[in-house]
Amino acid sequence: MTQGSPLATTIVFHVGPLLVTRAVVTTWGIMTVLAAGSWLSTRYLRPEPSRRQAILELVVTGIEGQIEEVVCRDARPLLPLLGTLFIFLLTANICGVVPGIQAPTGKIETPAALALIVFLSVHWFGVRARGLLGYLGSFAQPKLIMLPLNVLSEITRTFSLMVRLFGNIMSGEFLIALVLALAGVLVPIPLMALEILVGVVQAYIFFVLATVFIGAAVGGESNEPDGAVASPATPVE
Amino acid sequence: MDAKVISIIAAAVAVSIGSIGPALGEGRSVAAAMDAIARQPEAAGTISRTLFVGLAMIETMAIYCLVIALILLFANPFA
Repeated sequence: MTQGSPLATTIVFHVGPLLVTRAVVTTWGIMTVLAAGSWLSTRYLRPEPSRRQAILELVVTGIEGQIEEVVCRDARPLLPLLGTLFIFLLTANICGVVPGIQAPTGKIETPAALALIVFLSVHWFGVRARGLLGYLGSFAQPKLIMLPLNVLSEITRTFSLMVRLFGNIMSGEFLIALVLALAGVLVPIPLMALEILVGVVQAYIFFVLATVFIGAAVGGESNEPDGAVASPATPVE
Repeated sequence: MDAKVISIIAAAVAVSIGSIGPALGEGRSVAAAMDAIARQPEAAGTISRTLFVGLAMIETMAIYCLVIALILLFANPFA
């Protein structure tokens, strides 16, 4: 029952006492490709853009606009973290389509690490924007009795951020593997197309939720008790 | 019955019953968003972004059930 489990990890090699899993190798591969691509494509930036630079500017300003629409303030301080998160997630979710590569987000540790980054950066941006006491005081709003609920919601929404990404990507891969085993070679192609769509949507959702959480920590409003469900619903335009 | 058989049945029940609620909820929210876009097409961008985030929130419930089922099937603490 345990072989072929979606929760199991395959270990590629050891570095001393550390086990390096396949997801980690894929993640580092994606990081190398993205970093090299970003470095190469930003070397010759000119005031009048070439075609390549125009595409690049379109991507960056598109992401910036999305962040600005959600947090309703200057998106520049949030752009490096959230933009990187979105581009990495997009690549990581889609790279499962390439033969021989498994999407690293389909293993529990990558979404866990990303959710942890979002969790920590929410507090970092919150403390930077409002000061330590002001940020801690925001947990006791609107009444002191809401304090345990607000603290609990910080933990549950991080957990659900992790589980949502992991569950969607992993279940897609699992479904494709099952259909492949049951039906044959070319049958799961429509499912893989669906999986690309799911990957893009999940990357976008992770990005928007991270933006909403950070925006709620930075802005003056109190956090919603169950994972800020209501605050993305009413972005003031 | 053996604990393994019981946990397989429990996993199937968790996914099948647990996906009813999110399915109804997602259907209602998409219908409401369609209605809103039909009434006010210029707000389509905001509505669909909000819809996606809301759908992700609703879907989380179904995914929790899926995770419970997977734990029962592959990382069962009792079998």
